[in-house]
Amino acid sequence: MAEFCMPSLGADMKEGILVKWKVEPGDQVKRGDIISEVETQKGIIEIEVFTDGTIEQILVHPGEKVPVGTVLATIRVPGEEAKAPREERPPEPTFKYKFCMISAQHKEGPAKRPPEPTPVTTAGKRLKISPSARKLAAELAVNLSTVQGTGQGNAITRADIERAAEAQNAAAPLAPVKPEAGMRQAIATAMARSNREIPHYYLATHIDMSNTMRWLASENKKRSIKERILPVVPLIKATALALGKVPELNGFWIDDRLQLQEAVHVGFAISLRQGGLVAPAIHHADLKSLPELMEALHDLITRTRGGRLRSSELTDATITVTCLGDLGVETVYGVIYPPQVALVGFGKIMEQPWAENGMLGIRPVLTTSLAADHRATDGHRGAQFLEALNQYLQKPEEL
Amino acid sequence: MNAKSPSSLSGAQVDREHAHHLLHQMLRIRRFEEKSAELYTLMKIRGFLHLCIGEEAVAVGVCEALEPEDGVVATYREHGNALARGISAGAIMAEMYGKQEGCSRGRGGSMHIFDDKTRFYGGNAIVGCGLPLAVGLALADKMQGRKRVTCCFFGDGAVAEGEFHESMNLAALWHLPVFFVCENNLYAMGTALERAQSVTDLVRKAASYNIASSAVDGMDVLTVEAAAKEAVNIVRREQEPYFLECRTYRFRAHSMFDPELYRSKAEVEKWKKRGPIVTLVKRLKKQGLLSDVELEQLEQQVAREIEEAVAFAENGTWEPVEDLTRFVYSERG
Amino acid sequence: MSKNEMIQITYREAVREAIREALRRDERVFLLGEDVGRYGGCFAVSKGLLEEFGPERIIDTPLSESGFTGAGIGAALGGMRPIVEIMTVNFSLLAADQIINNAATFLHMSGGCFNVPLVIRMSTGGGKQLAAQHSHSLEGWYAHIPGIKVLTPATLEDARGMLWSALEDPDPVLIFEHQSLLNMEGQLPANAGAVDIDRAQIRRPGSDLSVITYGASLFKALEAAEILAGEGIEVEVIDLRTLRPLDDATFLTSIASTHRALIVDEGWRSGGISAEICARIMEGAFYELDAPVERICGAEVPMPYAKHLEEAAMPQVEAIVTTAKRMVRSNG
Repeated sequence: MAEFCMPSLGADMKEGILVKWKVEPGDQVKRGDIISEVETQKGIIEIEVFTDGTIEQILVHPGEKVPVGTVLATIRVPGEEAKAPREERPPEPTFKYKFCMISAQHKEGPAKRPPEPTPVTTAGKRLKISPSARKLAAELAVNLSTVQGTGQGNAITRADIERAAEAQNAAAPLAPVKPEAGMRQAIATAMARSNREIPHYYLATHIDMSNTMRWLASENKKRSIKERILPVVPLIKATALALGKVPELNGFWIDDRLQLQEAVHVGFAISLRQGGLVAPAIHHADLKSLPELMEALHDLITRTRGGRLRSSELTDATITVTCLGDLGVETVYGVIYPPQVALVGFGKIMEQPWAENGMLGIRPVLTTSLAADHRATDGHRGAQFLEALNQYLQKPEEL
Repeated sequence: MNAKSPSSLSGAQVDREHAHHLLHQMLRIRRFEEKSAELYTLMKIRGFLHLCIGEEAVAVGVCEALEPEDGVVATYREHGNALARGISAGAIMAEMYGKQEGCSRGRGGSMHIFDDKTRFYGGNAIVGCGLPLAVGLALADKMQGRKRVTCCFFGDGAVAEGEFHESMNLAALWHLPVFFVCENNLYAMGTALERAQSVTDLVRKAASYNIASSAVDGMDVLTVEAAAKEAVNIVRREQEPYFLECRTYRFRAHSMFDPELYRSKAEVEKWKKRGPIVTLVKRLKKQGLLSDVELEQLEQQVAREIEEAVAFAENGTWEPVEDLTRFVYSERG
Repeated sequence: MSKNEMIQITYREAVREAIREALRRDERVFLLGEDVGRYGGCFAVSKGLLEEFGPERIIDTPLSESGFTGAGIGAALGGMRPIVEIMTVNFSLLAADQIINNAATFLHMSGGCFNVPLVIRMSTGGGKQLAAQHSHSLEGWYAHIPGIKVLTPATLEDARGMLWSALEDPDPVLIFEHQSLLNMEGQLPANAGAVDIDRAQIRRPGSDLSVITYGASLFKALEAAEILAGEGIEVEVIDLRTLRPLDDATFLTSIASTHRALIVDEGWRSGGISAEICARIMEGAFYELDAPVERICGAEVPMPYAKHLEEAAMPQVEAIVTTAKRMVRSNG
């Protein structure tokens, strides 16, 4: 049994009115015969049949409007026995293609809900603050309710946040009873996040500093006291260069992936007199000569303690170096500053017995440690980094 | 100018095998188009579907005159041209199904059949826009010293477009080997030629550009073929354009969704009596060149081909959505 | 010729040299357009080329923009490398059917069968008192269309170097030469050659504000940057060079360090390329912004004839300076 259906004559045709039958049950039809007329929004169109056979039953009568795909009549094909008349007007059109099309249109999964916006409000009023300033305020833990905007329409800008952060820092010593405020709060947030989110691994090694110390001593002889290079400077430079060999340690873990950074901006941890610490960036540390690095470090420390850091210095660091040797610490077990993926810790350079080629001697030895994000790298790469660092420190003249 | 009135070769004797070939080609197109109509009502084919039933003699007669290295630019009513040119029925059907096995990977559909092997440059669905392309293809041939012909099909509607006149002028001015074939089926969609043109003799328009031109009965495949061969010879030999108007008629609506309010049933019936297939069949039988058995064999051969084409399209695959933005720019390397 | 030898050259001559080089290097290249031959080009760009290369390769066409642009597409399909010259972008609208419906679609519509290696050059822009049918900047509008590439050479180097790269491209490339740049004169290495056509360039580095522009507006932005530098404001000036595909990475990176963006576009504001750039900034650098993105665009009128009105209708240095100051300084 074949079915003669309301045809689809265009994507914009949804239904049609059967206007006229040119055949009746029992009539012979052949492919190409016009057997009915259908009225559409464009006018009356003659409808042909694509099957040879005998009209068995008419299911839709003139004047009835039915959707595309509805069976209009059944046709008995040659060789087929006449069957009992089927029920008129099936409850559902049996036109399978139509359902294919409809189901295809509704195939999309449930719409994803957009994340809830985090409103920045004060006393119920939405703050006028630039997106960049809002980001910086979060990083510096600046309390927005205290910030006076000076931008267009009194919007809060990055400069306003920087000023507010300085004010908070300056105010900190005057209010020692509130250690959780400002800086402390920022550190608390960052370190808690680090500990919560970053699977740390730690590696440490002893580095023979004889060559570096000897070279520094001879270099510094040529310099005035002001221009002298501190031992930390070759350490920073060697770190920056070693990152060239293991670049996976120089970057950020954002959006569940490692985002490598091309530039090496070494964040140098500086403790503040009023408590707390910051690790501002020494930009392009790998490209600076040792004297340039010394100057940059000096400038950075001065400005940090004076509360005059630039905002980019607070956010640009791609890795952190922390030196706690001055206080006698031997080994540092660092906590990574997110979203960075590594922290290099230097302890005190101590004279120690050192065996080499079967001989025992006394050498200045530095314990160097690496805290790294296991999501970004594995211990193997971390070890290669420490070895590269060691190699650079054996040839200080090339730094 | 050799602007002639429609000529006919209905008295001439014709080679049996060749006659069967021409009939076979026309039957392929006819049955392919009928199947397409059916598949459209079943929503297998979507978009616009323009059928060339009634116009088969033009596609077949003209393509017979072309060499494999020649180029073809066609319109959106181009299934017949594409089949006659040698693109497989399966590749065209799959294209209309939107499958990636289609000749345009399902990115073109019924109106945009393309094929590089047969130098078939569309499937152009902006009326008139193919003519400048044909001029340029011929220009490239001329500049590179190739004796190829570019055959450009267009309808009577295109004659009203500026691009028709610009292209006629450029082809004549630059002496380019373009074979302009006007498939004049008397209606641009629903607008009759006399309601669109102040001068309805299209040959005169071409002649006004100093282009050799003639008109033929587009319902007679032998006539079309003979005229096309003569024209192609002139184009190839003289490296000049030629304009051939084929007076034809489409038996079916402009597209599937068209109640044909603009013409009478009597007019359609009158033309159907002169249909290219019935005309040829009648003549061949009269001349003893075709038996009922042979006709039935041809029909069966065609039916098998169409069946296979549909199966090919049905079994075709959808291009992955990830590839959506491919073919916007060339993929290098 | 020494490697570092510099020559004095105008933008017009640079384009002509580029066409000449292309005609010499590749015999498939030819120039096609209205009055490119005997007349020497509407803007004298192709002057002398007819004598050098002959009428088979420097082809004067009738006034049939659609016809000869389509012929260019056909010739490209047929294995040639045509350079179609359309006098002005306004006239290109007569060929819009061929550019948009054919050149831009052919590769895709044919499922990869046919690419169209065509170059179309046209003049664009105002500043010459040519009024409302010869002065518009529709390059941003063409940049809306996938399938074509849109180049806007501003510098002599780009005027000289973009054409060859465009001819080497397998797909249709539109090159927009700003009318007011044709007489610009400067130094160019004698051996200057092809340049890339897919990257924006920072023409002046700066830390306070990113000015994103292209075409003739580049030089207004650079002039403004010089003035602003005198007042302590460091402007980074980005020359987009190519409007499609748009190199957004360059301006997004710049904004990440300046935190402010100003777009200077001679085209109209509504729905223009400036709106697109602004949208990309919102998508890619929202959290870097310290101030709303601003735009200086062509006024939304057909280009007037009178000098003072035409100037008022186009981005000018003063407006760039004023806007930049307001954006950078507080309490604006």
